[in-house]
Amino acid sequence: MRDKTTSLADAVAVLEDGMTIGIGGWGSRRKPMALVEAILATPVRDLTIVSFGGPDVGMLCAAGKVREVVFGFVSLDSIPYDPNFARARQAGELAVRELDEGMVVAGLRAAAQRLPFLPIRAGLGSDVMTYYPGLRTVRSPYADGEELVAMPALDLDVAFVHLNRADAHGNACYLGPDPYFDDLFCLAARHRVLSCERIVPTAELVGSAPPQALLLNRMMVDAVVEAPGGAGFTSCVPDYGRDETAQRAYAETAAS
Amino acid sequence: MSGYTRAEVCAVACADLFADDGEILASPMGTMPMIGARLARLTSNPDLLLSDGEAYLLADTPPLGGAAPLEGWLPYGKVFDVVAAGTRHVVMGANQVDRYGNQNISCLGPHERPTRMMFGARGAPGNTVNHRTSYWVAKHAPRVFVEAVDFASGVGYDRASGAAARFHDVHRVVTNLAVLDFATSDHAMRIASVHPGVSVEDVQSATGFSLAVPDDVATTREPTDEELKLLREVLDPKDIRSKEVPNG
Repeated sequence: MRDKTTSLADAVAVLEDGMTIGIGGWGSRRKPMALVEAILATPVRDLTIVSFGGPDVGMLCAAGKVREVVFGFVSLDSIPYDPNFARARQAGELAVRELDEGMVVAGLRAAAQRLPFLPIRAGLGSDVMTYYPGLRTVRSPYADGEELVAMPALDLDVAFVHLNRADAHGNACYLGPDPYFDDLFCLAARHRVLSCERIVPTAELVGSAPPQALLLNRMMVDAVVEAPGGAGFTSCVPDYGRDETAQRAYAETAAS
Repeated sequence: MSGYTRAEVCAVACADLFADDGEILASPMGTMPMIGARLARLTSNPDLLLSDGEAYLLADTPPLGGAAPLEGWLPYGKVFDVVAAGTRHVVMGANQVDRYGNQNISCLGPHERPTRMMFGARGAPGNTVNHRTSYWVAKHAPRVFVEAVDFASGVGYDRASGAAARFHDVHRVVTNLAVLDFATSDHAMRIASVHPGVSVEDVQSATGFSLAVPDDVATTREPTDEELKLLREVLDPKDIRSKEVPNG
């Protein structure tokens, strides 16, 4: 089996200007922050970001890396709004596709399943439809004839996710209570980058969590980076909780 | 007002939102809806399911900020399944809400360049077309109750047609002054009840559009002794509720 371990810098070297990237985690929880910081150190720009947004989105926006954000929300959880994202929006700097968060899930699932779209009820009647002119509806071919949103596949060039434990081949598990949508991000992407708190032998990985927590297998991952603390200041329970002091400092710096 | 506070009236009005919901998931966003959902489970609706705000369901009803034993697992992915299945009642906040119950938590000003960026649409579009939705507004004011929202995150009655109407059910709006509903012929917002000590004029003058007013406006019910005891001794002994709604 292949050894996919690499460095943070090498893992983000695959990025090219204008790519669409997906970032795992949720809000200010289990974000691949070490990888995000590695992206900040590259010259890449004009990225389209798909994220259940937290400080990942804010930092990339503040660094001028982002052309477009595909999002349902951007929040730091214990601090409602990310000031960097708010500032970029309020400066009119960003293109956005603002979606219901369930539509983001549907778009990732469509991409994961190589479908052009998936039908969903969410979005109908809301201004999500107004400000996303390319969004279409589809009519059920069955007797009900319901007209639903045809959420287009969110095909990703690269996905970045952070989990608690992984082996060198790209098998990985989460140890906290929620997988978020990190498996979907990997399935939706052509190239998949995984960072983790600790790389362990496969036997130890499998022994460290119930089988249901083995979220990623090696056919879903191309590169593995050991990055202890690599989700900080966002949470990565049970390894560590959110560093609220560091998050507050981030938000205050961003707001000043 | 004697014997109970305005915040306690609000807590009970929030609890009453869930009274007839049966065995579904309560998703209260914010302090007062959370107190309300927990009070409902201890009184009118013991079948209600409560989440810890992360990924677990609570077997017991803890005080605000407290922990409780668990009864189940409900990570975000499963919450979306519940939304689609419709076995949920969400109580969201609203930066703006209009007469048909359209709600904005996304941004103020033009969408291409907002004057104020907030959360984004979040789950509001999906919530409102899939299951019962209510709103909590801690400070009833004309800047919240507007003629037209800048961005419709949550879908109101005038925008819900076809497949969006099938499960659409915007139930009530509870504020620090009143309980509002949509029980009118065209689903325009109506005063369902004013809180004790509040007049219809107080509510109307804090609202940026004309409310439907029944001939005989009810008064929001007073908390029972049992409810006051639960609020003060069990659910919110630190009186966080009064920080959200000061006694006026």
